[in-house]
Amino acid sequence: MNPVIKLENVSFAYNTNYILENINLNVEQNDFLGIIGPNGGGKTTLLKLIMGFIKPDKGKVEVFGKSSGKSNSRIGYVPQFNQTDKQFPIKAFDVVTMGLGHSKSFLPWNKKSDFGKVTEAMDFVSITDIADNTFGELSGGQQQRCLIARALVSNPGILILDEPTASVDSTVEVDIYKLLKKLNNDMTILLVSHDVGFISSYINKIACVNKEISVHGRDEISFDKISHEAYHGDFSMIQHKCNL
Amino acid sequence: MKELFSFFTDYSFIQNAIIAGLLSSIACGISGTFVVVKKISYLSGGIAHAIVGGLGIAYFLGINPLYGALAFSIVSALLIGTVKLKLKQNEDTLISALWAVGMSIGLIFAYLTPGYNVNLLSYLFGNILLVSSESIYLMLVLDIFISAIVIILYKQFIYVCFDEEYAYLRGIKVELIYILLLIMISLTIVVLVQSVGLVLVIALLTLPSSIARMFSNTIWKMILISIILIQIFTFAGFAFSFSTNLPSGASIILAAGLGYLLSFFIQSFLRRNTIK
Repeated sequence: MNPVIKLENVSFAYNTNYILENINLNVEQNDFLGIIGPNGGGKTTLLKLIMGFIKPDKGKVEVFGKSSGKSNSRIGYVPQFNQTDKQFPIKAFDVVTMGLGHSKSFLPWNKKSDFGKVTEAMDFVSITDIADNTFGELSGGQQQRCLIARALVSNPGILILDEPTASVDSTVEVDIYKLLKKLNNDMTILLVSHDVGFISSYINKIACVNKEISVHGRDEISFDKISHEAYHGDFSMIQHKCNL
Repeated sequence: MKELFSFFTDYSFIQNAIIAGLLSSIACGISGTFVVVKKISYLSGGIAHAIVGGLGIAYFLGINPLYGALAFSIVSALLIGTVKLKLKQNEDTLISALWAVGMSIGLIFAYLTPGYNVNLLSYLFGNILLVSSESIYLMLVLDIFISAIVIILYKQFIYVCFDEEYAYLRGIKVELIYILLLIMISLTIVVLVQSVGLVLVIALLTLPSSIARMFSNTIWKMILISIILIQIFTFAGFAFSFSTNLPSGASIILAAGLGYLLSFFIQSFLRRNTIK
């Protein structure tokens, strides 16, 4: 079977510095790929290449067999949390509705068929009760669920999340990972995270990104090796076990 | 009461001023809302000042300055929009350049025009009592156009303002929508030229909508509240300037500034009460 996402010898540079160099990556259907690496190592750049926000300087990026950007209607994306404007006057429901937007979304009112989909997505992440609240006034966890619902409402084949748990407390974090595990039955998931130890119990592949990339299957995941590759150095790690 | 009524009907310039106030509030409430949520007041200020170039050229050629402003507003929106989208690093410098170069072009052409023209000043600082009937028709046409744009593209504007990346992901033509948004704002500036003038316009675009944002949970509510506030400020300022014989544009802006200050007190008062 063809990979869902395929990167071949991809390089990308801001000005003259290579952020990513010679990246090869295959993501198969229903993979749950964890992406780790230091800040500035190119994790977010990798996601942006996959969604076609930026074009590679060398190599090619294919998503569902088409060049990047062409299959974006089949991608759901949860951006880094602090990117949204907390003062923007918009209801949670309308944020989720954005996930159904397209280039021919004219006129202010919503289609009837959209209401059902949005309510269903909000129900899935259990935030139906705050649908009419202003987005900026929700708690961090509620906002994050709202953004996940926006990514899910179009029923995507690939779900891409950039540090979805960076600003929520640990109970919400566990909830979100459980949710993702459930979604993984239907969709391919790419997840950028700092928390190496935590995501390892959910993912089946891990990519260490630090200008270069190395990908491991679940059974070869070893903390020492991965942290060495991703962060170029040994550091101590506290392991924790949760009963999930 | 009858005297007041005849006062309005006898003096057509007062009628025109009131109609101009109402018409400018619609365009200004719509565009001001997007200037505030998209945080592009500096960019809008740049467009407003660049329009002075169009006024000067129109004076020089002896045509209605508003048509010069109209042409220049669209050109400067396209220019600033392209600059912002293509040359991201130098956006700030380039807006400042367009700002000053546009004004300089205007001043030089005004200087070259035979006979000193005092009217240019009224376009810089506004004089709502000088609005002609021809200008009223132009304002009406622009108002209808701006309202139509915002109703048709309402969702796309919101998507692009709230989260450009997600809008792009959903296949929305972000750059095109952004440029259309700038054109809508430029046309609004042309509508406002006569009531508050090009130099002061940025205050009327941002202050009422910033107040409206404190009390809105959707964009269309924010637009509606902005329009009402602009009408209040315009008529308060107008009445003040008429009775004291002070400049109308400056009076309207002062009314908006006072309203902005007042809204902070109201907001902190309301917040304190909800915490209890």
